[in-house]
Amino acid sequence: MLQSSAIPILKIGDFLLVSIQYDIHDKIAELLQQDILKRISETQAKGVLVDISALETVDSFIARSLADTAAMASILDAELIIVGMSPTVATTLTELGLTMAGVRAAVNLDEGYDLLKASLGQRVVDRRNR
Amino acid sequence: MEVIPIKEESDIVRARVAAKDMAQKMGFGLVDQTRISTAVSELARNVFVYAREGQVHLEVLNNPHNGIRITFIDQGPGIPDIDLAMKDGWSSSGSMGKGLPGAKRLMNRLEVKSEAGKGTTVIIEKWLS
Ligand SMILES: Nc1ncnc2c1ncn2[C@@H]1O[C@H](COP(=O)(O)OP(=O)(O)OP(=O)(O)O)[C@@H](O)[C@H]1O
Ligand SMILES: [Mg+2]
Repeated sequence: MLQSSAIPILKIGDFLLVSIQYDIHDKIAELLQQDILKRISETQAKGVLVDISALETVDSFIARSLADTAAMASILDAELIIVGMSPTVATTLTELGLTMAGVRAAVNLDEGYDLLKASLGQRVVDRRNR
Repeated sequence: MEVIPIKEESDIVRARVAAKDMAQKMGFGLVDQTRISTAVSELARNVFVYAREGQVHLEVLNNPHNGIRITFIDQGPGIPDIDLAMKDGWSSSGSMGKGLPGAKRLMNRLEVKSEAGKGTTVIIEKWLS
């Protein structure tokens, strides 16, 4: 039994960075979900960037796994952003019938990082005004 | 013809990569290559999830269409009601019910043959012309 996805999860300040560099199978996708959630609770990270720009095929399993991970991350008070989904993959997912509604996306890491910083800033402001 | 056995999770990846490579060599554009590999991934997973094991056959089509044909064959439980299985959102396993109807949208042709207790064969085609 594999215990971990073996995909590196890097920490930068309040955020985690995960870059999926190769085509992963279903078991690895499940382990990665587990690894990300574990790292969020260990590090109290406030945001996660998941770079999928190297994925040539994203099918319903990976799409659902990413969406589920995002939903569970938000329960742990961390925002997950999908980075670098290619237009081709996005088109194909739509035709497959998946919307990925509720999952935030960014074109590249810079944009994803800015989105996370902006929403973290917004959350601090919200908390102060409570 | 290329045959890929489906026995474990990583075989689903092997099948979709092989289909994409073949489509690329045949001259399909990137969007069609991705449609093909995504459909293959969905249908190879169905073989693995519902029948435990089976085979994926990849072949070149010449007549009347030029294109690629991929056949998924298993000796699993079969599909009792094919029309129901083709409905968007219908799943016997609590999943999303996107695989069969989604693959049909991504391809030019999708045909399901199945006999309860005997197994299932799904044929898909994408045409270049
Ligand atoms: N090879 C197969 N053998 C037996 N039953 C199958 C097979 N493929 C599909 N089915 C049946 O058809 C239903 C619909 O399949 P489909 O791939 O559309 O959805 P799903 O697998 O339930 O969900 P998803 O693919 O979205 O995760 C399945 O729930 C299953 O009952
Ligand atoms: Mg399916």
